[in-house]
Amino acid sequence: MEYKISIQNLNLSIGKNKILKDINLNIPKNQVTVILGPSGCGKTTLLKCLNRLIDLEENVNISGNIFLDGEDILHTKSDLPGIRKKMGLLSQRPYPLPMNIYDNIAYGLRINGLHNKHLICESVENHLKQVSLWDEVKDRLKEPASRLSIGQQQRLCLARGLAVEPEIILADEPTSALDPLSSTAIEKKFIELKQDYTLVMVTHILRQARRIADYVVFMYLGEIVEHGTADEFFNHPKQEQTKAYLQGTFN
Amino acid sequence: MRFLKNERFLNFFMYLFLGIIIAMPIIIIAGLFYKSESVLHANSLSDLLFSTEWKPFQGKFGFYSYIYSSVLVTMLALLISVPICLLAAIYLTQYAKSVYLKVIQPVIDILAGIPSIIFGVWGILVIVPLISKYLAPFFGIETAGYSILAGAIVLSVMIIPFILNILLEIFKSISKELPQASIALGATKWQTIKYVVLRKAFPGIISSIVFGLSRAFGETIAVLMVVGNVAQIPSNIFQPGYPLPALIANNYGEMLSIPNYDSALMFAALILLVIVLFFNLAARMLISRYETKL
Repeated sequence: MEYKISIQNLNLSIGKNKILKDINLNIPKNQVTVILGPSGCGKTTLLKCLNRLIDLEENVNISGNIFLDGEDILHTKSDLPGIRKKMGLLSQRPYPLPMNIYDNIAYGLRINGLHNKHLICESVENHLKQVSLWDEVKDRLKEPASRLSIGQQQRLCLARGLAVEPEIILADEPTSALDPLSSTAIEKKFIELKQDYTLVMVTHILRQARRIADYVVFMYLGEIVEHGTADEFFNHPKQEQTKAYLQGTFN
Repeated sequence: MRFLKNERFLNFFMYLFLGIIIAMPIIIIAGLFYKSESVLHANSLSDLLFSTEWKPFQGKFGFYSYIYSSVLVTMLALLISVPICLLAAIYLTQYAKSVYLKVIQPVIDILAGIPSIIFGVWGILVIVPLISKYLAPFFGIETAGYSILAGAIVLSVMIIPFILNILLEIFKSISKELPQASIALGATKWQTIKYVVLRKAFPGIISSIVFGLSRAFGETIAVLMVVGNVAQIPSNIFQPGYPLPALIANNYGEMLSIPNYDSALMFAALILLVIVLFFNLAARMLISRYETKL
């Protein structure tokens, strides 16, 4: 198996609270890796370490290494935007930028130095099509993005992330605010996207993990309890905690 | 107290109090209008607003120089305070550690609570000499220091805590995930602030400026103490001026033997009110037009 991201001995504390303890994990390329676990177990923090959004928090103490294609991305001070650009982020709730639908996608292209109007226009259309939103919004591209439904907004956010051509997609419970139909749309999209991208998704919905995961990581209280391929994890769990979690008797 | 539980009875009181609040500005405007009627009869509106001729004994009341001073002092004060407030608010909410904000918040509140007379005294003791001894000579101008600029500086310090407080609330109310979404796309912090945070905050920024403007426009005592109180069209900001509130405060109850004088002062108050109202309405329109684009 080929690995895209390699996390080694990652420890993280905020103030006096240890959030992540000795995380060692390899994330396989072109697969959907699902990080499972109860609330507050450090899933989101782990995700934020990958795209260095953790830098925006105060009092963070961090040690260990994260490599992206063999390149250190945790300690480097240079080209943070470049690192983040490689990882599209889809958050729990959609946060459309305060501008119209078209500009929401064009924004990422423009800040990354693309100014050719024709190319921007083309890219906006392609990426809206990629998330199956084009037909719904093609006549209202100049409308504020906030007028879309929340499911549409989340797909817009996905398109916005894809437009800057990342290699990895990080998703933090991307369907938790969505209705079942929109959730299914996002899940389907994820399965399609793994052809070209490496996906890392945080979720606490076990059934969702079963539906789309290729590789599963189970976290509890800042530690990785167990990780393995979906088949191993769901059908032959090794740890007692994992078995309990899968059976719903975990507390 | 059973009757208080009566729904209709309670409703009646709610409507009554609501009515009082709505009626208040209407009554004030109507009262001012009524009082200024006689000066409006004796002079044409364009003379009142656009003439500089101020000869109460001849019944000539031209408010132009007063309006001019008022607008100039206020705009200058905003020119000084708005950039300071905006940059301070951006720094405190987007860059600085949260401890800074905790320290600065009470300072702002204290600044907001200082009585305006103290700002006036501070203006006379510090700003006026500063202008006459250093600032004006630097530009090769001679002045006593009592000037439009002195008024504007004192005013700007007075309105900074109000504008800054509103701006801080506005920036704090923007959820952290919004700028994070932009940063995750590879935007730098400054790009994010410029294109996302400021855009989101724009309606609030306009509101805060207009709030500061309304306060600055009506501020009387501190300005009156340092602005010089000479009715003229100042050729530069180192010259004295005479804003409307100072005119009213200095003269009301003094020379009421002159016919129409008190009516003229009431008209001055009306102008003041109308100008502030105008800016508020303009801001509302600007904001609602902008919000349809968000």
